Formats: sequence, C-alpha cells, structure tokens
Amino acid sequence: MDFRFTDEQQMMAESVRALLADLCRPEDLRRLAASDAARDAARWDAIVGLGLQGALVPEARGGLGLGAADFVLIAEACGYACLPEPLVENASVALPLLAALARDERASAILDRALAGEITVALAHPANPFAADADTAGALLAARGDDVFLCDAADLALERQESIDPFRRLFSIASRPCVSMAIADAAEARGALDAALDRGATFAAAQLVGIAQRAVDLAVAYAKERQQFGKPIGSYQAVKHLLATAQVRIEFARPVVYAAAAQLAQGDVFSRARVSHARLAAAEAADLACRTAVQVHGAMGYSWEVDVHFFLKRALALSSWWGDAVFHRRRVAERAFGRPLGPDTTFAAEARG
Amino acid sequence: MNLTYSPAETAFRAEVRAWMEANVPSAPLPSFDASREGFEAHRAWERTLNEGRWGMVTWPERYGGRGRGLGRWLGFAGGESRAGAPLRVNQNGICRRGPTLMEFGTDEQKARFLPKMASGEEIWAQAWSEPQAGSDLAAVRATARRDGDGYVLNGHKIWSSRAVFADLAFGLFRSDPGSERHKGLSLIFFRLDAPGVRVQPIAQIDGETGFAEIFLEDVRVPAFNRLGEEGQGWAICMATAGFERGLMLRSPARFQMAAKRLVELCRAHEGECDGATRAAVLQGVMDADAYALSIYATASRLMAGGTIGAEASTNKIFWSEMDIALHRAALSILGARAELMRTAPAAGDVGRWLDGYFFSLAGPIYAGANEIQKNIIAERMLGLPR
Repeated sequence: MDFRFTDEQQMMAESVRALLADLCRPEDLRRLAASDAARDAARWDAIVGLGLQGALVPEARGGLGLGAADFVLIAEACGYACLPEPLVENASVALPLLAALARDERASAILDRALAGEITVALAHPANPFAADADTAGALLAARGDDVFLCDAADLALERQESIDPFRRLFSIASRPCVSMAIADAAEARGALDAALDRGATFAAAQLVGIAQRAVDLAVAYAKERQQFGKPIGSYQAVKHLLATAQVRIEFARPVVYAAAAQLAQGDVFSRARVSHARLAAAEAADLACRTAVQVHGAMGYSWEVDVHFFLKRALALSSWWGDAVFHRRRVAERAFGRPLGPDTTFAAEARG
Repeated sequence: MNLTYSPAETAFRAEVRAWMEANVPSAPLPSFDASREGFEAHRAWERTLNEGRWGMVTWPERYGGRGRGLGRWLGFAGGESRAGAPLRVNQNGICRRGPTLMEFGTDEQKARFLPKMASGEEIWAQAWSEPQAGSDLAAVRATARRDGDGYVLNGHKIWSSRAVFADLAFGLFRSDPGSERHKGLSLIFFRLDAPGVRVQPIAQIDGETGFAEIFLEDVRVPAFNRLGEEGQGWAICMATAGFERGLMLRSPARFQMAAKRLVELCRAHEGECDGATRAAVLQGVMDADAYALSIYATASRLMAGGTIGAEASTNKIFWSEMDIALHRAALSILGARAELMRTAPAAGDVGRWLDGYFFSLAGPIYAGANEIQKNIIAERMLGLPR
C-alpha cells in the first residue's frame, strides 16, 4: 500500500503544469475567447509535442502507454489552467477507445494521424448528449444504437449547441451519413464504451479538482490584495472561513479522484462506484470553490473582467459531462446498498476480495 | 501508487482480526464516563490489549508497543472497529500524551510514565483549558510556582475529559509569574488524587459526566513532573495539538462502521429512508470513504518521511461534520422514536444513535473549535493575513 505518486509521475505532471503556466494564462484564454479560433495553435502544438494526446494509448499502438494514475495529475493541471483544447478528452477517452476498436486499416490510419498530432478525434458517446469539439476533429467516433462508427469529419452534418463555457464546442450530429463506417458491433464495443465512460468521468473529476483549487487560489490572491476598512479582506474571519470551507471540500475530493484513477482498470461495481464518488465529490468541491471565489471577489466576481467566471463555467459543464449526478449517485447506491461496507472495503481491490 | 495490501499487510490485518474475535468482550461495556465501574471495565480492556501487545501499535516495543507505522495502525483500527471493540479510555494517552512524552520527555520520564500508560495502569486526563482560556489557550492563568526541588500548583482547570476517574493529568501552567500569553508556560503533570486537587464532575449535554473541572490549591509536585524546559509549555502544546488533529485522534474505521450501520438501518426501515434521507445516507458512505482515503494518503506520505501541518485541521473539520451528518441521518430514519433514551422499553437500537448524536455535537468544539481550525487553514495553508 503506497498512496503516493512516483517521482516520474510527479515530474511529468510538473512539466505539463509548467507548460500551461506559460501558454495557458488567463490573458491567453481571453485572447482566444475574443478571436474566432477554436484553438490556440501554438499551445496545441506544444502539447502534441510532448505526445500527450497518446498518453493512454498502449505503446504497441503508438501511444505513451501510460496508466490512469499517470494521467490523473495531468488532467488536474488541465483543469487548473482551464485548458480550452481537447487534450483530456482525446488522450483519456477518444484515442484509447479508438485504439481498442481499430481493427481495419482505415481506423488504424486515423489513429496514427491522431497520435501524430495531425488531427483530433471527437466522440459521440451515449453518456453525453453532444459531441465536443466535433467541428475541429478529423474524425468522429460515434456509438449509435449498439454499434460504433468511425466517421470522417467531412461527412458530418453538425449543429452547434452553444455552451456557456466559451471554450467548449458542443455539437449535435444532425444526420447519420457515416452509417456504413461501423468499426465494432455491440458485443465488441460494450466493454470498451463502458470503460470509456469511466475514464471520461474520472478525468472530468480530476479537472474539476484542478478547477476548484484554481478558484480558491484566485480568491486567496484577491483577498490578500483587496483592502476594505483599512485591511486586506482576507484578514477577516468571515472571508477566511469561506475559503477554508472550500479548501476542506477539495482536500476530501482529491484523494478519492486519485484512488479512482489508481484502480480504474478493475472495471467492476467497486471501482465504478469509486469513479462515480470521485466525480460527485469533485463536482461539489468545484461548485463550492467557484461560487466562493465569486463571492470573495464581491461585485468584481460578477464581472467579465475577473477570471473566475472561466472556471465557474467549466465546472458547471464538467459536472454533468460523462454522466450527470443522478447517474453517478445511482452507481454509488448500487455499491453501497448492494455490497459489503466497512473498513475492509476501503479500496476497490480489497472490496473485490 | 499502489492501492493493494502487501502479503505482510494482509497477514497483519488477519492477525488483528483473529485476536479481536478471540478477545473482544461479548457484551458492550458500560460507559467509561458515567461510572467508576464502566471506567474500570475499560481499564481492564486496556490491560487485555496491552497483554496482547495491541494497546499501542505505533509505540516503540520498549514502552509496550509494536513499533509499527501508521499503515499498521490503520489496519489495527480497522480490525478494532470491525469487531465492535470497546472505545479506548486511554485514547488521550495513545495519540497525545504518549507521543508528546516520547518527543519531549527525559529517559527517566519515559521509563516512569510510558509503560504504565501503555498498560492502562495510569490513565491520563488533560488539564489545559480554563474558564477564561478556551480557544484562546494562551490566556492560561493557573500558576506553577517554583519551590525548592518542585512546584506548587494553583488554579482552575475545566473541560478535562476523563478527569473524573483518571489517575493523572497533563497540565498547562504559567511558571513565570511575570509572563504573558504563550511565553512563560510549562507543562507539568499532577496526580488527580493529590492533596489540594479537587475534581468536580460536569454534567454533559447527555447528563453523563465525561468531563470535569479541576481545582488546584497549593498542590506540590516534584520538578521531575515538568515536561521539557520551563517556559517550553506552549511549544509542546502545539506539537500535541498536531498529533491530535492529525490522523490518530479519529480512525477512519469508526466512521466507516457507522456508515455501514447507517446503511443497515436504512435498509431495515425502507419506508422511512427515501428521498432526502437516502441521499444523506449515501453521502455518509461516501464521506466515510473519502475520509479513509485521505487518511491513507496522508499516512503514506508520513511513512515516507513527510510531515503533517495545517492540513490536519482539514481532517478535524471534515470528520466532525461528517459524524454529525451520519447521526442526523440515523435519527431521521428513526423518526418519532429518535428521542427515546436507551432505557425506554421501546428503544431497541435507538439509544446508540442518540448517544452517538450527542457525542458528535462535541466534535466541532473540542481539540480546537472548528472556527479556530478554519483560521489555521486560512492562514497557514492558504497564506491569508492574520
């Protein structure tokens, strides 16, 4: 039993944090929001330069072959930076799913191009009502009925669904032009689609923890500077307690997210309940932290000028992405009411027995 | 990150389980706060634990411990809670007095006090708070006047848990009469049956006598009873508070067992456990697991040489609020029966939840009120100005 990240895991996360601290600053977000561009090309190139889009694709298929525990800190860093580009969705969900299902040359070629950073792959999964970043993707993986299709971007009829998050690009797939492009049938795809959902939920949770911490950090920085009644507002207990309460919520979501990632591969009722718990706890933490950050900023918090709203909106979006709260509570309930509880079942592996 | 138990860890847990199954009393013991009889029954349990060398898992072997790390302690605490073992009347000794003595005591003091603490032969209370020094502990007024080779203690201590029946107290005194605030304080032990000591039980919210006032009038103690240097009392108190708010005060297993019983209660009363109550039950299960995972994560870090700082305060806030929520959910399920005392003929298992509920209300207050913990988090973790 060792609940620590390895030095290697820490170092890799640190390099991503450093990259995003340079290239994904609030002013960078604002510049992108004010432009017509879907992405910051230089930033995406830097990310792709590290090969991160292939993080969870097996080495044998050309990826980095990392595990979920290796990626969880990276996803957290992406949340902390409010990264607009679809790294987490590609690296942790779409490309591993494509790698699991790609049997023919065409699918393998699309995977290779995605791993090379030439294209991204969007995903229409039954857990989500829309496909994110479908307009900029080179291909779309779509689960329809029980089968999975791999559609070329050019064949898609997309209908934009504007999100409150200025960087989320959501689409309805308005037609089914790619019906002949099935790459897997229900029997093959079921397990892979379920695993994709769990990865999606786990790394959404990791991003939510990062968002929550960023919201607290922004509010702390403001509370140290902003003076009222002749003192920084952060010296008042009313403000301290708001922020401390949000930090407590973060501290008790983060280890759940890490545990969910570490035992994600188990793929049973225990590990899935942990994933759902992680998503619920992280969403609660992000919600509280972001609302607290708005409150601590006062009227400024309600303005476009202060950066908090980027994080508030991302938190809102991710809190129901890869399963809403009802879905995740149901999975936790299934485990809590249907399986043994107690100190001997803390970890998914020991709960399985 | 490896969240599976090694064969050695698994074997240890199995050993705890087997020992507990063989030794845990079949009937629950009477409360250690309500009567001398209950207190002595719990002292006997401490002796039994000590004879099996299970009393002080993390203490060095020479003081009656096993010399094991926090990971093993978590395994032990899990087995203890799972078996429904009695609560530890010696809890103060295990996680506060003992570690403090080990860190600040002389070899002679360790040899004199630790083995008897481990065996339960001497059970310790804490005498820090005073009527005017609660959250503001540095306002302590009780005095220790140097007199030859010893001290003369005077003052009024209050809210001392276990003091009604305990043997010794671990007191905080102003040893420098001209000093103010956290300077000039010393930690000095005294026997609760010493001449000049009067212990006055305080009826708790539930009517039991879990804590007491201690009046000291010219109580003579040898200088041997001073822990650390004269004037070092505040620093020692802060170190102790760290142990306490850290992970050993409340093992996660206790809350996981409470959550398990809550789910069973919910199942047994399905009609009373729907909607909001069921959501509260689920939240309780999740929170108990979150607390456990957080403690395991901290334990891993500490075992690898890390330290615990202000984040210990987040633990205290989380478990104390969770404890109340778990019990509130149970009382909600019990409905109109929730108010029944355990002595009421129709009470069934109600009393246990009611007792636990009242006990849980102390959680946000003792060991540093949660408002103080939030200040600590804000100032030391988040770096907000004082």
